[in-house]
Amino acid sequence: MSETEQLELDMPSHVARIYGEPMAQLPLDLYIPPEALEIMLDAFEGPLDLLLYMIRKADINILDIPMAPLTAQYLVYIEAMRAHNLELAADYLVMAALLIEIKSRMLLPRHKSVEEEGAEDPRAELVRRLMEYEQMKLAGQRLNEVGQAGREFFWVETLLEKTATRALPEVCPEDLAAAWQVILRQARLKSAHKIRREELSVREHMGIIMRHLQNIGGFIRFEDLFDPTTGVPAVVVHFLALLELAREKLIEVSQAEAFAPVYIRSAILELEEDGTEHG
Amino acid sequence: MELNTVKRTLEAALLAAQEPLTLNQMKTMFDMELSNEVLRKLLDELREEAAERPIELLQLASGWRYRTRPEFASYLVRLNPEKPAKYSRSVLETLAIIAYRQPVTRGDIEDIRGVAVNAQVIRMLEERGWVDTVGHRDTPGRPALLATTKQFLDDLGLRSLSELPSLQEISHNLELDHVTT
Repeated sequence: MSETEQLELDMPSHVARIYGEPMAQLPLDLYIPPEALEIMLDAFEGPLDLLLYMIRKADINILDIPMAPLTAQYLVYIEAMRAHNLELAADYLVMAALLIEIKSRMLLPRHKSVEEEGAEDPRAELVRRLMEYEQMKLAGQRLNEVGQAGREFFWVETLLEKTATRALPEVCPEDLAAAWQVILRQARLKSAHKIRREELSVREHMGIIMRHLQNIGGFIRFEDLFDPTTGVPAVVVHFLALLELAREKLIEVSQAEAFAPVYIRSAILELEEDGTEHG
Repeated sequence: MELNTVKRTLEAALLAAQEPLTLNQMKTMFDMELSNEVLRKLLDELREEAAERPIELLQLASGWRYRTRPEFASYLVRLNPEKPAKYSRSVLETLAIIAYRQPVTRGDIEDIRGVAVNAQVIRMLEERGWVDTVGHRDTPGRPALLATTKQFLDDLGLRSLSELPSLQEISHNLELDHVTT
């Protein structure tokens, strides 16, 4: 609308009062120079908008519109639009027809009886529409003046929530330890475990122990039976062999008192000794 | 929990919220029972406390929210190179008719404006989230009835339609304008 506003400013402000002051001639302000018209027509939102502009510019009382000059001027504009090859919306033609109809109805003599009953002015409907449109047009401008989010003001949004919604999960050392153990467990499950034939035989170790005891020919300390350098499996099998020998009563395991050293000797030797003593 | 702590918690929540907060939403933050009256009182206190700050606490159609004071807008917009869209007269008039005469059909809008309604105008308002279809008029063609949304009120910083510029005032100004000219 800036063009029309500009035009209004540029044109001489002709004060043509129809009511209250004597009017020398028809409101000249209804006339818009053709070169201005071309720019203006685009700016109008329709026939009602154009009519309102004409009425307000000429300072005509909207409640008592002089239909003849208004219609005449309106038709001039319509013709100008056609002359300028502007695509004329049908709405403008409908309005032209309506104006002519109202004008002609105003010319007809009215029956007195009807007049007394308060017959409606033929312009009433048009005036109602003009006024309603003008109200909405201004309401639109007023709405536009109301502050709008993102234009006259901005919503306050701190980063608090953004960080909260994207909060990184908390991690405590225990979680890490637990995770590590899961990894270990899985690694253990997945690790290849090669099963080999048993290389160590309990029976073989039983033989080794018996031979050892025989060589010594008496008591040997429990600890001395074992050779740690042979490795854990060998020591374990050696111990198992010892237990097996004890179970089969081939050796004698003795301890003087609790926590005292454990001594082992061959049971067969003992039997032989017994035999010699008795024999 | 002390009421002062409740108030500070409310402030933090409102500052962090990306949407207006309703009283019910605020209540869910606390273990203790808080009546609407207490909440309103605390919110009023927050509003008063903001008096000296560049932000203000507003009650909108869909809840409470902080916004920057309008006097800073001219500076703040410079941070955003993208200019907010300026609506044409046809958009503004259509919006006004929907806002003040809702619910209306496109036919109603055409009657008032005297021109055909451009479908794009309605779509633009719908996409902005300001207008939606609330039903259909029981006439041939069952035309859609359009009305404004809560977001429209929120975006204009209003609590309800009654806070729109009053039509009576607009008409009054109209008459005054013409009397004085």
